Amino acid sequence: MAKRIDISGLSAFYGSHKAIDDISMTVEPRSVTAFIGPSGCGKSTFLRTLNRMHEVTPGGRVEGKVLLDDENLYGSNVDPVTVRRTVGMVFQRPNPFPTMSIFDNVAAGLRLNGSYRKNALADIVEKSLRGANLWNEVKDRLNKPGSGLSGGQQQRLCIARAIAVEPDVLLMDEPCSALDPISTLAIEDLIGELKERFTIVIVTHNMQQAARVSDRTAFFNLAAVGMPGKLIEIDETERIFSNPSVQATEDYISGRFG
Amino acid sequence: MASTTQTEIPPAPPGRRTRAKSTGRVGDKIFLGLSRGSGILLLVIMASIAAFLTYRAAIAISDDEGNFLTTFDWNPAGDPPVFGIAVLLFGTVVSSIIAMVIAVPIAVGIALFISHYAPRKLAGAIAYVIDLLAAVPSIVYGIWGALVLVPYLEGLNLWLDQFFGWTYIFEKTEIGVARSLFTVGILLAIMILPIVTSVSREVFLQVPRMNEEAALALGATRWEVIRLSVLPFGRSGVISASMLGLGRALGETMAVATVLSPNFLISLHVLNPGGGTFAQNIAAKFGEADAFGRDALIASGLVLFVLTLLVNGAARLIIARRKEYSGANA
Amino acid sequence: MSHASTSVQDRPVPTPPAPVSSLSSRTLPRLAPLGFAVVSIALGVGIGAAAGWHSRVQWGLLSALLFLTISYVATSVVENKRQAKDRLATSLVWVCFLIAVVPLASLLWTTISRGSERLDGYFLTHSMAGVLGPEASGGVYHALIGTLEQVGIATLISAPLGLLTAVYLVEYGKGALAKAVTFFVDVMTGIPSIVAGLFILSIMLIAGLEPSGLMGALALTILMIPVVVRSTEEMLKLVPNELREASLALGIPKWRTILKVVLPTAIGGIATGVMLAIARIAGETAPIILLVFGSQLINPNPFEGAQSSLPFYIYEQYKIGEAASYDRAWAAALVLIAFVMILNLVARGIARWKAPKTGR
Repeated sequence: MAKRIDISGLSAFYGSHKAIDDISMTVEPRSVTAFIGPSGCGKSTFLRTLNRMHEVTPGGRVEGKVLLDDENLYGSNVDPVTVRRTVGMVFQRPNPFPTMSIFDNVAAGLRLNGSYRKNALADIVEKSLRGANLWNEVKDRLNKPGSGLSGGQQQRLCIARAIAVEPDVLLMDEPCSALDPISTLAIEDLIGELKERFTIVIVTHNMQQAARVSDRTAFFNLAAVGMPGKLIEIDETERIFSNPSVQATEDYISGRFG
Repeated sequence: MASTTQTEIPPAPPGRRTRAKSTGRVGDKIFLGLSRGSGILLLVIMASIAAFLTYRAAIAISDDEGNFLTTFDWNPAGDPPVFGIAVLLFGTVVSSIIAMVIAVPIAVGIALFISHYAPRKLAGAIAYVIDLLAAVPSIVYGIWGALVLVPYLEGLNLWLDQFFGWTYIFEKTEIGVARSLFTVGILLAIMILPIVTSVSREVFLQVPRMNEEAALALGATRWEVIRLSVLPFGRSGVISASMLGLGRALGETMAVATVLSPNFLISLHVLNPGGGTFAQNIAAKFGEADAFGRDALIASGLVLFVLTLLVNGAARLIIARRKEYSGANA
Repeated sequence: MSHASTSVQDRPVPTPPAPVSSLSSRTLPRLAPLGFAVVSIALGVGIGAAAGWHSRVQWGLLSALLFLTISYVATSVVENKRQAKDRLATSLVWVCFLIAVVPLASLLWTTISRGSERLDGYFLTHSMAGVLGPEASGGVYHALIGTLEQVGIATLISAPLGLLTAVYLVEYGKGALAKAVTFFVDVMTGIPSIVAGLFILSIMLIAGLEPSGLMGALALTILMIPVVVRSTEEMLKLVPNELREASLALGIPKWRTILKVVLPTAIGGIATGVMLAIARIAGETAPIILLVFGSQLINPNPFEGAQSSLPFYIYEQYKIGEAASYDRAWAAALVLIAFVMILNLVARGIARWKAPKTGR
């Protein structure tokens, strides 16, 4: 449960283009780490290297090390499928399986892994939906398609689906950018609850959100368009927003660019 | 600002403007008339196809002394004239079903190969070649089937008879070269493979990336991604692609005419030489047919026409429904 | 670089002693499928030859079955059930691809190798006048003329008709008429070529007309129009509406907008569609059998008397059933395929060259 992530010297490429350059940092367990930075700075790409999703984009390639409690995700014998089961992900736009019911959506990951007792399935689904603060809204229509829910509900359904397999880490790629303010608030509350059980990394465009939900914040930037993104600094969220050690961070946060 | 507008678009003199307007109106009318006229012409052509075929067919069927639907014979020149489409309908349907059973799974496999398995550069090249193969004329498939495929299939027929003869279907009771409905089915499968493949491939490539990533992020293997995201999304597309393929298989003439050694018997032993299809029968019997015989062939053609209409209509319906479905989900 | 550098695309072949951990697992080496393939093909060929099976179809099928079994079993032993299923799916997809490639490659190879035996200048410039079936003489000239004329007439009729219909559907089409036209174009797309032939035949019977190249061309027209309409429609829809609006806003009448702005933008795609349609009808045999009747002689007049055509010639020579006539059939098939393929390649070339830049 809730593992620490140590990243060292990580670079990611699209074909010959280098998207992020030589990033090293530590993500603490049972906490929320937010990635902020201007568009195109590679924060989403970086997030996707943490569960080996980057390599499924055509031409995607990674160099460097990502240690999940001392075990390298990019080790030679490591199966990316196992990695993605251990490190869950929630995407920018809610993406429930359109042909599946709400129940089947949550159960999808468990069924793939086959690691559950038959009669426990319903319990796990309920527990996950409760964990995602969705149970009360959907308990009467578990057999209806997940695509019939509202955007915010769909996103919480995706979170339920991700936590149902009990991952060690939960990655969130701008999970609220397609949602209205009320749904956003619901998700932010949920994140606060989930960090008791999981290591959470969230990419966000919204600096208030980063300030509200995260314990630590990492600021990414790029020197110019077409140049690779770099990690500028990572620190306690309070420090980053009150007294950052790098001038560029302060400029970005105070709205002077980006 | 004002000066630039003036230099760029000089105000047209009033006289010129009205003139342009009037020629515009006349031109518009002529052009609209022309284009609408060709649309109407198409309707007239289609309507007359149906009308003329039905008219000639009615002449033939009313003079048919046998039962047009159930007679196992084709002898419009006889006295009394006797002909029926039972054998043709059977042969057409059976050979097309064999073609579908073989072609659809393989086509889906190739489509997945192109969309999800092959390296990107190779995938592009394969898709291109498959599209080119759709352009090979059917008569070339026909002589290839008759001169190359038939001898190669004898071993396979032997096997099927040996291991699956107990199914009745694959029991080979007559000795003879493999000029059977089964061989025709295989050849038709090869012929419709490109069209089914390219339509399915298009559908598979349209699967939203986020649906696939949802499965990947749960720790799905490549096959599980396809099972969870790609196939459910592409199912109706594959069905309509198959129907388009079926439409082609039903109406195919030359490949059947060259390969089959026809007779007028219905036999479920598909490995035995013999049988016939609508299109093959028309091509084979036309040369020796008199005026009445031609009308009889036209009558059988009308049945084929209706059959393909139904199949293609079903395919269109599925495609149209799918558009609504994916639109609602987008 | 101090850290371990791993590129995902060429993962190194893993070494057997895997560290005990939750993420790592035993995996087959990356080139294992190739090994399985070699082993199964060797076994398939070996068993096939030993059992004395004549048909190489049997050898191939056996190899394919062995390949699927070996990959599944090996993976489920070394890795696990899920990976084995995944491997089975991958193997199946590869086998499907190969199963499809073999006949298609054989078709092209046979046509090229058999066809080139007889194909020469003499073959292209002589007819079958006075040549008996078994004689290794004669040529395809009369059929070439027939094909070119019939296809030419069909194109002259269907290209403008199809183009105008597509313009109507895209630029003016609203209401019941447009819906009806769209529907019937769909219907026409599915008409089997022999039915198109029967239709013209029924008109011929009623009007008392004689078989001629023109009749064949009319049947080809029926087959060609829907293809032209469909592809032109697609291309016109690709022209962005902003272009039309920009032109209309300048006070240019609609018909001139269509002629001067819309059609030129889409012309590359339209030309491609027309050429692909030509390629399709050039290979049609069935209507020719019914309507043009075939001839051994050169008849340059498409409006009177029987003609031949390339696909008809192939069928005719095949039916004679002599070695010499098979040779002629293959040679004519090569000519036909070359004709169709060149049209296709040129069409696709145009499409790539003239692709509307704003389209995607």
